[in-house]
Amino acid sequence: MVKSALPVLTVVAVIIAIWYGFTVYLNAPREYDRSERAGATLTFSELVPLTMAQERPVLPAPHQVVAEIWDTTVNKKVTSKRSLVYHSWITLSATLLGFVIGTALGILLAVGIVHNRAMDKSVMPWVIASQTIPILAIAPMIIVTLNAVGLSGLLPKALISTYLSFFPVVVGMVKGLRSPDRSQLDLMHTWNASRSQVFWKLRWPSSMPFLFTSLKVAVAISLVGAIVGELPTGAVAGLGARLLAGSYYGQTIQIWSALFAAAALAAILVTIIGVAHRYVLARMGQTEAST
Amino acid sequence: MDTLTNATGTAAKQNSDETMTVISAKDLSLTFETNDGPVHALSNVDLEVQKGEFVSFIGPSGCGKTTFLRVIADLEKPTSGTITVNGVSPQEARMNRAYGYVFQAASLFPWRTVEKNISLPLEIMGYSAAEQKARVARVLELVDLGGFAKKYPWQLSGGMQQRASIARALAFDADILLMDEPFGALDEIVRDHLNEQLLKLWKRTTKTICFVTHSIPEAVYLSTKIVVMSPRPGRVTDVIPSTLPDERPLDIRETPEFLEIAHRVREGLRAGHSYED
Repeated sequence: MVKSALPVLTVVAVIIAIWYGFTVYLNAPREYDRSERAGATLTFSELVPLTMAQERPVLPAPHQVVAEIWDTTVNKKVTSKRSLVYHSWITLSATLLGFVIGTALGILLAVGIVHNRAMDKSVMPWVIASQTIPILAIAPMIIVTLNAVGLSGLLPKALISTYLSFFPVVVGMVKGLRSPDRSQLDLMHTWNASRSQVFWKLRWPSSMPFLFTSLKVAVAISLVGAIVGELPTGAVAGLGARLLAGSYYGQTIQIWSALFAAAALAAILVTIIGVAHRYVLARMGQTEAST
Repeated sequence: MDTLTNATGTAAKQNSDETMTVISAKDLSLTFETNDGPVHALSNVDLEVQKGEFVSFIGPSGCGKTTFLRVIADLEKPTSGTITVNGVSPQEARMNRAYGYVFQAASLFPWRTVEKNISLPLEIMGYSAAEQKARVARVLELVDLGGFAKKYPWQLSGGMQQRASIARALAFDADILLMDEPFGALDEIVRDHLNEQLLKLWKRTTKTICFVTHSIPEAVYLSTKIVVMSPRPGRVTDVIPSTLPDERPLDIRETPEFLEIAHRVREGLRAGHSYED
């Protein structure tokens, strides 16, 4: 544990150092301008602290972002519109709803594709085609269309998450449900097993490693979908709204802290899936959990 | 029904005075259509297997020995000719659960323990939980895996896995055992041991066994009848009844009688091959 921590910390330290370097470099021109207008000259040691304390820096310093995150999570009530926790929850709820619908849809499609030749031929090309359309193009249309039929709020955003997250589940589960050996399938045939017995006793358990690998991708992509879905809603609430508002008003510190919140959320979600994966594999007698 | 319960040790041949035909193939042919043209996997095969026999099918790859076993098991459909298993079509026989099938790979389900693997066919066939338990214990004892019920397949050696898969095929009361090179992937020593065990098991259970192999000593050691096959087209070239006694210690393989039968098998295999050279 300690041994593996050292290289990780070293990498983090290097990244932070580079970040500080760029903070100084990118924010310096404005400080030079300002001092020139004031008729003074800046030495380097005077310049550095100034570049890290700007209100709207081109690139905020790491400690500014940390301070902002601290301020908007710990110091604000979670119900406040200025709380990052509040916005994260808005995004998270859409992410989870979209993820659940997407996973269910993905599994259903995969089951259909594996069991029905016509579906195999007809559905798969559409599934793949659906992912070639940029989500940025289709997201506003989904939001607007659903708004027109009276649906707004959580569900339209969740559907954008669904649109993205069902894909890895379909692809993974089709492969997973087809993963049993010929001889395992032949055995079931010799025992005169019904289709549903073949499914529940062979195909479904065989597909578990594939399912969880897909779910990890799906949950991360669901979060992206929810954030993208928040952009055209007029920036009411959520991490996407936070990003949009930040960019309108040049609040770079706010943008960066929202980005970090999104990244942290994704990391937590993927970790939860990983834990569930290991738990299920352990229940199935496979101790060596693949990550 | 001859079940595992009357495991009295009497040789199967002796207690079935009325010879009953279990498998009967007449003029059986099977042709696979491939991109390189038709492949004649089986061509005009005539064969009868009597109740309680231990029949080995031997021949080079492509001779149709596995295909024949798969036809018996209703895993392949013959192109022409007739075949009956227990007097009915292979499909009906399969639905009556007339046979257990053992593949070259143990094909155990990795997420199930040994006992759960063995009870899988019983679950599918709708046996009660108590009946499943009793049967699993009985067949585990039969293949000497009594202490390994709770182990997962990956915790077992290759030979033990194959024994578990044989136990699975024995768990329901099928009176035919179809074995497709079950010991092909195992080393010589394990193989000898399993051959000896299989013979004992066959005598105790009085089952009819069809056994595919490409090892001449294995075929001669185990069988009451050896079917020699040759490829292109897959056909039966010789059927050799064994004159070896029922009691077969491993060192019977050094007796002149054994070597004579082995010689005849080898001759048969060579005859089937000669046209190629």
